[in-house]
Amino acid sequence: MAGLELLSDQGYRVDGRRAGELRKIQARMGVFAQADGSAYIEQGNTKALAVVYGPHEIRGSRARALPDRALVNCQYSSATFSTGERKRRPHGDRKSCEMGLQLRQTFEAAILTQLHPRSQIDIYVQVLQADGGTYAACVNAATLAVMDAGIPMRDFVCACSAGFVDGTALADLSHVEEAAGGPQLALALLPASGQIALLEMDARLHEDHLEPVLEAAARAARDVHTLLDRVVRQHVREASVLLGD
Amino acid sequence: MLKSKTFLKKTRAGGVMKIVREHYLRDDIGCGTTGCAACGGAHEGPALEPQPQDPASSLCPQPHYLLPDTNVLLHQIDVLEDPAIRNVIVLQTVLQEVRSRSAPVYKRIRDVTNNHEKHFYTFTNEHHRETYVEQEQGENANDRNDRAIRVAAKWYNEHLKKMSAENQLQVIFITNDRKNKEKAVEEGIPAFTCEEYVKSLTANPELIDRLACLSEEGNEIESGKVIFSEHLPLSKLQQGIKSGTYLQGTFRASRENYLEATVWVHGDAEEDKEIILQGLGNLNRAIHEDIVAVELLPRSQWVAPSSVVLHDEGQNEDNMEREEERESILKTAVNEKMLKPTGRVVGIIRRNWRPYCGMLSKSDIKESRRHLFTPADKRIPRIRIETRQASTLEGQRIIVAIDGWPRNSRYPNGHFVKNLGDAGDKETETEVLLLEHDVPHQPFSQAVLSFLPKMPWAITEKDMKYREDLRHLCVCSVDPPGCTDIDDALHCRQLENGNLEVGVHIADVSHFIRPGNALDQESARRGTTVYLCEKRIDMVPELLSSNLCSLRCNVDRLAFSCIWEMNHNAEILKTRFTKSAINSKASLTYAEAQMRIDSTTMNDDITTSLRGLNKLAKILKKRRIEKGALTLSSPEVRFHMDSETHDPIDMQTKELRETNSMVEEFMLLANISVAKKIHEEFSEHALLRKHPAPPPSNYEILVKAAKSKNLEIKTDTAKSLADSLDKAESPTFPYLNTLLRILATRCMMQAVYFCSGMDNDFHHYGLASPIYTHFTSPIRRYADVIVHRLLAVAIGADSTYPELTDKHKLADLCKNLNFRHKMAQYAQRASVAFHTQLFFKSKGIVSEEAYILFVRKNAIVVLIPKYGLEGTVFFEEKDRPKPRLVYDDEIPSLKIEDTVFHIFDKVKVRIMLDSSNLQHQKIRMSLVEPQIPGISTDISDMDINEPERKKKKLQK
Repeated sequence: MAGLELLSDQGYRVDGRRAGELRKIQARMGVFAQADGSAYIEQGNTKALAVVYGPHEIRGSRARALPDRALVNCQYSSATFSTGERKRRPHGDRKSCEMGLQLRQTFEAAILTQLHPRSQIDIYVQVLQADGGTYAACVNAATLAVMDAGIPMRDFVCACSAGFVDGTALADLSHVEEAAGGPQLALALLPASGQIALLEMDARLHEDHLEPVLEAAARAARDVHTLLDRVVRQHVREASVLLGD
Repeated sequence: MLKSKTFLKKTRAGGVMKIVREHYLRDDIGCGTTGCAACGGAHEGPALEPQPQDPASSLCPQPHYLLPDTNVLLHQIDVLEDPAIRNVIVLQTVLQEVRSRSAPVYKRIRDVTNNHEKHFYTFTNEHHRETYVEQEQGENANDRNDRAIRVAAKWYNEHLKKMSAENQLQVIFITNDRKNKEKAVEEGIPAFTCEEYVKSLTANPELIDRLACLSEEGNEIESGKVIFSEHLPLSKLQQGIKSGTYLQGTFRASRENYLEATVWVHGDAEEDKEIILQGLGNLNRAIHEDIVAVELLPRSQWVAPSSVVLHDEGQNEDNMEREEERESILKTAVNEKMLKPTGRVVGIIRRNWRPYCGMLSKSDIKESRRHLFTPADKRIPRIRIETRQASTLEGQRIIVAIDGWPRNSRYPNGHFVKNLGDAGDKETETEVLLLEHDVPHQPFSQAVLSFLPKMPWAITEKDMKYREDLRHLCVCSVDPPGCTDIDDALHCRQLENGNLEVGVHIADVSHFIRPGNALDQESARRGTTVYLCEKRIDMVPELLSSNLCSLRCNVDRLAFSCIWEMNHNAEILKTRFTKSAINSKASLTYAEAQMRIDSTTMNDDITTSLRGLNKLAKILKKRRIEKGALTLSSPEVRFHMDSETHDPIDMQTKELRETNSMVEEFMLLANISVAKKIHEEFSEHALLRKHPAPPPSNYEILVKAAKSKNLEIKTDTAKSLADSLDKAESPTFPYLNTLLRILATRCMMQAVYFCSGMDNDFHHYGLASPIYTHFTSPIRRYADVIVHRLLAVAIGADSTYPELTDKHKLADLCKNLNFRHKMAQYAQRASVAFHTQLFFKSKGIVSEEAYILFVRKNAIVVLIPKYGLEGTVFFEEKDRPKPRLVYDDEIPSLKIEDTVFHIFDKVKVRIMLDSSNLQHQKIRMSLVEPQIPGISTDISDMDINEPERKKKKLQK
């Protein structure tokens, strides 16, 4: 039995994309009225919802408050129906905790936390459908939600995954490509400055190949930025029309 | 760029699971025609010609492209590969179906697609907006694919019409499926079957022979009698294998008996086991190397492996009675203990057919177009082919591919692929044996040669950056005479502290072959240099193998050196590895080196160096043997070639001198030192070589044989084996020890390369070393190149690269190297066998003394020490009264009439070339002494100068 051919000789991937192409991205801001900020994103079949509360007073133990900046609290969960086989626990497992931590690191780097000392910002992200690149979708949704909440940030945080197959770097991996077991890299980028908010990879990849993969992920993240920027401008335009009337 | 989504649902075993996958449809996929305005040439690589100059087809006179469907691609790849067929559109749908159904065909079609001359274009129709089709309700996957192919063909025709109406370009759909063709014609697509199209190519009549004959009507003429039982469908087989009623394994036909085969069942939990299949019906059309499913027969029907040697000699037609009679021969005299699991083939899981070399046996009927083809490999059955050129092909070596094996046919059907040349011709025979052993032997391509260093070449400053200059050392090389690829050189000198410095300098091939380029890929594919009797198939181009890498004397060469400091007891005090530049002072042959060591008058630097090396080598060897290293023996033959005709004029066994073992000893030492170093540095991906200890059952024959001479061979450890072999001497029979060693060699397992991260048994049994690798012959072995690279990284002289540290890639590489080495060995043996034939052809008939190596049920295998030649003496010949044979498996012995033959008995045999069968010329041996009336041949009534008469005599 021949395995799946991830990249054909003609340069097409399993789903018909070329190596550097993203999946179709659709996003909306302000999907919930109750929360301070919210956003919904679809990257291909990966769908994520982000909700932001804050900045507000520290909830629970006051000892957690930071004297010089705001506390960023991130929680990640994924719906039981998000994967092919039904999940047992929607949140609280190891993978969710890790993802929460990564999100926190990412947003601590992007949000201007020193503007809100001794306060807390909550970011809740839920994955409704997982088809690869969940981290990237979460970051992109959360960026929009944080902006919707009006919390000052250094820049957009745009994330994208990248993989490596047969000497070619593939951007924005789908579930099929992730499941094939090659190396996989997740990158969160501040596009204006080109600074990296988070870079994560836990497979073996030779150092010579790292650069092209990183380059592919960064280029894809910039493409994501163009799209998110368009979404934000569209949202602001709509909002100002409503306000103006 | 348009992106749209389609949802595909799939269910998998276990519960039902909904799988949703995205499927993007694009509008930027080009049609592949060069200069198509509509597509804007949005593609690179091979493309279709805008004005195809196709061979004139009487069916379709205007210019056209071909669009074959999956079955045409799978079965008629030989036709498509022909240079006459160009401008073919391969659809993605078709390519993917081919990929899942046959890996070899997929590889071939990819090679063809990459060949720019052929103008094959792969059209990604599944992702094209206008050619994508969705599976309809109640439509199975096959029908959908057929429809997708038709839709694509239709799109192409309309597209081409739009593009240039005046050109009248057409796409012709080629399919062998009648229904599909009818539907296509209905939809207005010009469609033909492959046969119709090929027959219409009036300019290329030879293509018809290459057509695979799949047409049904061809078989109906055959006897209606069904010979074989039906193969079960794959789904049933898989069920059976899961439930344990059938076993899956690799089918291995026997070389000696065409009615017998074994199936290697590779279970994951239990040990590998072997199942015997006997009789045509039970073999059920399986061909050597196929993956088959077998059903075990009840214990009452189990048989023992027969020791009968049988060759399929039936002329042309299906004479089943004879077969049955022959099958009954197999089932005589079975010992209860000898019975082995016996089974029958119920189905074929995967065919492993490849094109086979061989010769045509022309049909007796003059006008017949159907002939039998006899492959050179005896494990492959004869193949029936259809050809009009039988008379030209007669006596030629040809290549034939199998197309199928219907139930009512005694032989498989096939088709002619290629003509190699006259049989018996040295060139042709060499070509055949290279092809049969899958040795890549084409001249190096331009792409490969482009990576060679430019001449004149000299060592530059840059080269010396990580190198030590050792040009002042008195280095010399010792090799067999006529050797042009010198990959090792040695030196030895006294240090000031009284110790000795010994250096082994190996050609630095990895300096010239950089990882990943075409030169590297080609040498990795070849894996090894193949030495045939009159010819060498190089692994690297000649410029490197015989010049820049060869450590010739008095020129500066780059080397990789392994330098030890030793005391006079040959104990290693310090080991050092470095890349270096050397200048060899002398290239000696073994004999010259020996002469220098032995001579009393010579005292120059080279000679003292050699003496020092020799002294140390003796100590090293002694120590190694004490540790339990085996000294084995195998008869090796050397030919003296006529310098002009390249015909062998003399034949003798290879001589061994002290200096041979001197060089060998230091090479072993270097290999072991390097193995330790690279394993220390790269515990997960060091390329090492191991030699597993053989299972005790392998030694049975050796122990039995020794017992018959009242000797005891202990086989529990390598050490005890080595010791008992040393002791096994017989004062009256000095050659016995060598014979025992030859037998012991046959008991051994094959040494193999492996990647240290994938295995945990590193032991080298034969050399009694805990770790071993190959470092010393990078010019002729690719494994050494990798080891050089690893070592260079380990000492910081070179940079690493991705594939080097990937253990899975390394394991794949090892697999290829092991395969190539095995094949090279087989090719070498085949070449020796062929030259032996040439030798005895010129020599005529000779009688020689020989020793019995094995005793079989109807034959003895003998070894002739003088030539190192092994052969089989048959006691049953056709058209002769059968002698009384009594075979005793326990001793083993064979009693013929009143004479008993034991293993190691001395006999006298007559050797002659049997050319009565031009297909398989072979050395025929017959018994001279001891004389058995009616069996042995008498010398006196033979006339040495008349081969014609002799043959008659033998066959009477």
